Parts: sequence; structure tokens; C-alpha cells
Amino acid sequence: MTWRAQTQPSRPAPHGRILRRAVLWVVLLGLVLPILAGSFETLRAAFGLHPGIGATRFGLAPWQSLAALPGFVTALRLTLFTGIGSAVLALLLATGFCALMHGRVSTRQGDHMLTPILAVPHAAIAIGLAFLIAPSGWIARLIAPLAGWTIPPEIASVNDSYGLALLLGLIVKELPFLLLVILAALSQLPVNQQLSAGRALGYGRGIVWIKVIMPQVWPLIRLPVLVVQAYALSVVDMAVILGPSNPPTLAVAVTRWFANPDVQMILPASAGAVLIALLTLAATLLWLLAERVVRAIGLWWLRRGGRGLSMQPGLLLTAGLAAAALALGLLSLLALLIWSVTHRWSFPHPLPESWSWQTWHAASWAEAASYSLLLGCTTTLIATTLAIAWLEAEDRSASPRAGWATALIYLPLLLPQIAFLYGLNLLFLRIGLSGGLVAVIWGHSLFVFPYVMIALSDPWRALDPALIRSAASLGAGPNRRLFAVKLPVLLAPILTAAAIGFAVSIAQYLPTLFLGAGRIATLTTEAVTLSSSADRRIVGTYASLQAALPFAAYALALALPRLIFRNRRALLGGHA
Amino acid sequence: MRLPILASLTLCLSTPAFAAPTLADWQQTLDAARGQTVYWNAWGGDQRTNAFIEWVNSQTEQLYGVKVEQVKLTDTAEAVTRVISEKAAGETEQGSVDLIWINGPNFLAMKEQGLLHGPFVADLPNAKFLDLSATSPASVDFTTPVDGMESPWRLAKFVFSYDSARVSDLPETMAGFTDWAAAHPGRLTHPNPANFIGATFLKQALIELAPDAAALQLPVTDASFATQTAPLWAWYDALRPNLWRGGEAFPENESVQQQMLNDGEVDIAMAFDPASTAAAIAQGSLPETARVFTPKAGSIGNISFVAIPFNAAHKAGAQVVANFLLDPATQAHMQDITVLGSFSVLDPAKLDVPAQATFDALPTAPALPTLDSLGPTLLEPHASWMTKLTEAWAKRYTR
Repeated sequence: MTWRAQTQPSRPAPHGRILRRAVLWVVLLGLVLPILAGSFETLRAAFGLHPGIGATRFGLAPWQSLAALPGFVTALRLTLFTGIGSAVLALLLATGFCALMHGRVSTRQGDHMLTPILAVPHAAIAIGLAFLIAPSGWIARLIAPLAGWTIPPEIASVNDSYGLALLLGLIVKELPFLLLVILAALSQLPVNQQLSAGRALGYGRGIVWIKVIMPQVWPLIRLPVLVVQAYALSVVDMAVILGPSNPPTLAVAVTRWFANPDVQMILPASAGAVLIALLTLAATLLWLLAERVVRAIGLWWLRRGGRGLSMQPGLLLTAGLAAAALALGLLSLLALLIWSVTHRWSFPHPLPESWSWQTWHAASWAEAASYSLLLGCTTTLIATTLAIAWLEAEDRSASPRAGWATALIYLPLLLPQIAFLYGLNLLFLRIGLSGGLVAVIWGHSLFVFPYVMIALSDPWRALDPALIRSAASLGAGPNRRLFAVKLPVLLAPILTAAAIGFAVSIAQYLPTLFLGAGRIATLTTEAVTLSSSADRRIVGTYASLQAALPFAAYALALALPRLIFRNRRALLGGHA
Repeated sequence: MRLPILASLTLCLSTPAFAAPTLADWQQTLDAARGQTVYWNAWGGDQRTNAFIEWVNSQTEQLYGVKVEQVKLTDTAEAVTRVISEKAAGETEQGSVDLIWINGPNFLAMKEQGLLHGPFVADLPNAKFLDLSATSPASVDFTTPVDGMESPWRLAKFVFSYDSARVSDLPETMAGFTDWAAAHPGRLTHPNPANFIGATFLKQALIELAPDAAALQLPVTDASFATQTAPLWAWYDALRPNLWRGGEAFPENESVQQQMLNDGEVDIAMAFDPASTAAAIAQGSLPETARVFTPKAGSIGNISFVAIPFNAAHKAGAQVVANFLLDPATQAHMQDITVLGSFSVLDPAKLDVPAQATFDALPTAPALPTLDSLGPTLLEPHASWMTKLTEAWAKRYTR
């Protein structure tokens, strides 16, 4: 860094400025503008302006009818409970698990363990989990012979009116993501030295973790936690499958109102979508407030100097719960895989009574899979190229990323999808884009780009500046430095970021549905649609494929660098 | 390009409603349709229907050069919303929805807002096999006159299914469900009334319990609603505490409920398709001992239609598909229990002998009821009743 500051004083190189501006404009026009425009359309409808359905009176009427809808208050309470509860608990479990397991598993082993759950779309995990914990589910079928059940017990273990099953589902799905970002953050900190220093001073392992390591990790994972929070407040597919039904959570209710035969319901639905956005904002502020409070209390707690050996049971408990949640996730996947080759499997049999490959033969999954593949590859290519351009532009103009730029990148992930997708579709219709591949690719890129940026930013910055310095001193210009040095050295993390982007694209449900006018049928839209048929065998087939594609992408991201650099051991580095 | 069709349509409008179309007009439609891909928006939750639509695609492509692409919906209203969004955005020519599987409130909503293309039914050559007299089921959809704006394609009748190995004391009337549920607490449920089948369960009870069932055929008023539904709510209040999960939670739709019957979580499921039980047995998703029953006084029946939005990009292709669906051979294929098992919408009196023989030769299954064994078919109430009924239910029972 010091060298760069000497050779490139405050004035950025002109070509650096051009690249930076170009990338910024692409992001502004391609990602931010559609989202703002879409949000604007939704906002207008929320205040009574939707000329298409004859609504032209500006006012609060949509909000009044929203509040008057049956079950509104319960739906609101459910949304807050499951949304905020799941984010807090998932973070707690992830912290406890990392505190106990860090150093015992390598980052790479961690990645391998987590990717299957990470790669599978939410809907698939939810369907598997619902089968696992239902009163007639797999767990009950295993207990049935011992308990002497001939019919399932009457327990509300899914779709319970408190939303506990949904809470569990969200934790199972978000925990691996949080573990992964914590592991990535840890790789940037001198954890081992600090741990040994702490332990030498007589602190318990877990307490060093909480008192010393976690405060350093938090700033690095704050945004991902907020992404999880935003997702949990606006999730639709998981909430339909696991959540309460009468009333459902607010996001589900809003989706239903959007699809009501009475088109005037679009107005309160829009108000509901805006409300979800406001809730997300409020929850974000709550987290930031909590950060301050914890900082104050934490400081006092630190200075008290407790060695925290009594904390050990609590840590074991959270880590145990985290392990259980991971196990539930993996079992859900296994259940889906088994169902996909089942002919008949009725209660209380612990395993299928008859097997069949029929759904693999019959289901028309090939077309859906090729759409998924096409969308995944295209959007990943676009997003990865854009991300590399952005990072390279940052390098060339030698300025760190501004806070507002980070906010721009995260915008699509922090805003609830439902708040802008309906409006965005109206917009795309007006410019004649809706219903086509282009619109869907565009829609996917909105969400793929942020994830690729998140995954690639840290490894990019961690690149040894000495390499660039040597290249420059050998006379390599900026382009040659990029193509001959940076890209090859960073190949492994670039491919990993691309694999993450691919997985994100595969999992997109609402953007594909809204912007594709339903014509672009991917594995995910088919799986969610078919989940309304409740035929677990077919859903199992689609969900297995949903998991298999991203899984293959991860495997490729791991294998390619090893193949290309098989005689360049140093280039394989420590990156997974 | 579509000028000839438009011309023939205006011609139709100016001539008496059911004037037989000339063959030349249809030939023009066929010519215009060749090469088109018809995006058929249809609920995608039923795998057999999805497979049937794929079969339609293979047939129409071979016969007429018209491809059919199913847009799978989780709810028919999605397609309605899509057409409305398109209208809002000024898309009046190249709409993305060509054909919708529709009936009841969705049809009423689209018809009232002028979102449909037509009338086109009388132009279809195969319409000659339909009974299109003013009061026939093919001419009235939830008491709303069809007016040629949608074409029938399958017959639906509300039935209950149960596992005969587990249950024998079935209720004979809707009123009898209260006692049955009291004797078997937690073993009965119905789909959420926001869902079509859940609403039909309530309507089925309403028809039996209403003081004056004839009032249900007229558009609902606040007064008539209060009078006619009072006994229904009394019945439901007595039933609800003994429902599955104490009537606090409901399955999302009839497929989920069928899965619950299969899992043994409840004893009774319901469907709008008398053949669904037999088909589910064949697919391994219900036990061999599953059977169908209806209340003694009969059950609600209706016809499912296909409609063409006003802005459909492929109207000619859509008409060709609608006509193909009315072909006696298609209807017989559809009634085949191994295919779909839906009863034909054609008027048996209008079929010729070979066509009738095709129907008679269809295979049968132990769980497949005959149309006669299902009792009388009750008329759907006016569509406004369903909307009001679901709203009132949500107000009363959603906390």
C-alpha cells in the first residue's frame, strides 16, 4: 500500500477514472435504477395511484384497508417474531459453533460441509424439513413402532400458529451462510495468537472468542447479518411451506393479495409490500442500536475481567443446537433424495414400501434444468465480469470503497424483493422487455452481482501487493497486470465467487416468476409450483436437481484451479 | 395479419349468437394459427393435468402446426393479474397470456373488466358437440352467462375421498359432518377457504343448509347473505372445534390435504375431480383402499373453461387449441382414467355411434365412481357468493 501511495499520488490515473465511472454507471443504470423505479411504482400503488386498475385517488385508503384485513395484526406479529427471532438465533448459534469448532476444522473442510445446504434453495430445504418434522413425518415414523402409533400423533409441529416451524426452517437455512461469512472473516484475523494470549491469561476458550474475537468479526459480518435479516422478514416460499396458514406471515399474505381475483386488492397489497420494506428498515436500525448497547455493556463486561469458565455449558449448548440444525438440514436433503426414488411410502413405515425411478423418467425436468443452467451461466458471467471491473477500477483509482458504494452493492439484498418486483415488472412491460429471457437475466443479475462482490472483495484485497509491484517494475501496464498476474493468481477465489453467484441465480424464485411472465420455467419455479401439488416424489426430483447444479458448480470451482495449476503449487494457495 | 380473424369476429357479432361458422372462416383461423406457440396458463399443481397439456401440445403440433406451452400457475388469479398489468402498461397486442384455464370468480372478474377476447365459442367447429342452450352447464359459469367468451374443456364434480380400511361410518349429509367430527375429533379438515376447494366445501354446506337455496343463484346482497348463511355459521361453529388442529390451521390446497390423507393425518380429503382418487392410487399416492363418496343429496358440479385474453398474441392458435379440446377423441382420451379421468363436457346425444363407442370402451378402476353413483349435480351459487363467503369466513375465523 505504501508503495502504491508513492507511485500513484493522490491523482488517480485517467484510465482508472474512466473505468471507475463506466462501472459505476453500469451499476447505477442496470441495478439501482430498476430497483428504485420498481419501488416507486409499488409506492404509488400503496398510496392509491394505479391507473391500470382505475385507481387515481391519492390517499391513505390502501393503508386503511390493509389494517382492516382479517388477521393483519397477527400476520405482522408473526413476521416480526419469525424474522427477527430467526436472525438473532442463527447468529447466536453460528457464534457458539465457531467459538467451539474454530481451529478444529479448516476453512476448507467447513466449506465442504456447508455447501450442500448453502447451495440448495430455500424452498427445497423447507419441503424436506416439513417432511422431517411433520406429525406424520420421518422422525415420527421412526418413533412410531416404539410408541405404538398407528395414526400420526396430533401435534402441531409444522404450520403451527406461533411460526416455530418457520423459525426453525429459517435458522437451518441461514446458519450455514452465517458460518461461512464468519469463517471468511476469521481468516483475516490473527485468531490463533489472540486465542493463545487469552488462554495464557486464564480465560476460557469460548470467552476469549466472545470478548476478543467476536468484536473484531462483527464489523466484517454486519452486512451479511442484515441481509439475512431482510430475507427472513420478507421470505415467501419457506413461509408458505412451514409457516402458519391462517393468517400467514405478512409477506405471504401480500403475495396472496397481489394474486387476488379482486384486482383492487393490489392497492392494500402494495401498502403491505411497502410496510415490509419499512419493517426491514426498522429491524436494521434495531441491529445498529443493539450494536451500540452491546458495545457499552461489553466494555463494562470486559473490564470486569471475568475468565468466563462458567460460560462453557452455554457455549456447548449453542454449539450443540447449531450442530443439530446442520444435521436437520442434511437430513432434509436426504429425505428429498429418497422421496425422488419412492413409489409408495406411507405412515408409519420408516422407509419406502416400494421404489420407482418413475419421476426421474416422467418429470419434464430437462427443459427446466436447461433454463436454470442458461440463466445461471449468463448471469454469473455478467456479474463476475462486472465485479472484476469494479474491483479493478478501485485498484486503478487507488481509492478505497466509499460507504455509499457498499450500500449500492447491497441495495438489492437489503430491500425486500416483493417491494419492488411488482413495480419493476410494470416498468419492464412498458419498455417491452417483460416475459423474455433478457428481463429474467437482468432480474437475476440484480441479486447475483451483490453476492459475487461480497465473495470476491476480500480475496481481491488480500492479494499480495508485492506481486503487482514486481510486475509493474518489469514494465507491465495495468491491463497486463490484470490479465497476466491478478486474474491467474485470483482464479480460485474468482471461480468460488462465480459458483456462489451461480447458486444464487439457480435459487431465484420471485424474479423469475414476475419478470418471466411465468414462461421461463426454471427448476426453482417448477419446484415451488409443484410443491403446491404436495407430491413429495416429484418435488424431491426437482429439489435434488436444484441442489445438484450449484453443487456441480462448486465442485468445478474447486477442481479447475487444481487442473490448470497442477504444476504451479504456489498458485493453488490456501484458497478453497 | 390478424385482420381476417378480426373481420370474421365482427361478422359473428353482427349475426345471431350461434350462427354456424362457415368452413372457410375456420380455414383462415387454421392458416393464421400455423406456426404459433400458445402459452396456456393453467394451474400447475396437478401432474396429470400437466402431462395431459403436454400431450395436447404434441397433438396440435402434429395436426395444426400449433405448439402449446403450459405456463404453470400456483393460482389462476396470477394470470388475471398478469393481463391487468399488461393492460395497465398499454400492452394491447402482444400479451403474454394466450389461453387461461378459468372459471367462476376469475372469469367474472375478467369478463366484467373487458379483459377477454370473444365471443369465439360458436366459431369452433367442434362446438356442435356441445349443448349450448341458454341454461345448460356449458352456457352458464357460476350463474354468469358464458356468452361465448370461454370454451368448456372438462367437467368437475365435488367429491370426498377416504380410506375404506380405516373409516366406515361416513356422514350422509353436510349437517352430519358435525356429528362425525365430534366422534372423530381432529380427523377432519378442509383446505383454506382462500383456496377454491376450501371455498367449495363451504358452498356445498351452504347449498344444503340455506333456508332458500334458490336465493344463491342470484347476486348476493347483504340481506340475503345474512339470512342464507346464518345456519351455515351455526353449523361451522359446532364443527370447527373438532377439526384438525382445532380449526386453527388449514391445508393450503386439496393436494396437500390428499397428502395428509395418505399420511394418515386426517381421514377425509376432497377434490373437484371424481377420478383423482383412482389416479392417485395408481400413482402410489393414496392407499389401494381409498374410495370416493358424495352426500346423498348430491354435490356441486361445474365445468372448467378456457378463455382467451383480449390482448393475447396468438388468438388464432388459442382457438385451434380450444377447438381441439372439444374434439370427441380428445374428450375420450381425457376421460381415460389412466390419463386424466375427467368426465366429458360433450352432450352424449350429439355424439355419433363410433364416438360413443370410444367412451364406452374406456378402462375402469375400483376407486373410479360412475357419474350416476355420485348423485345429483348441484348448481354453483352466483360467483359473488363465493367471494363474500370467503371474506366472511376470513373475518370470522382469522385472529
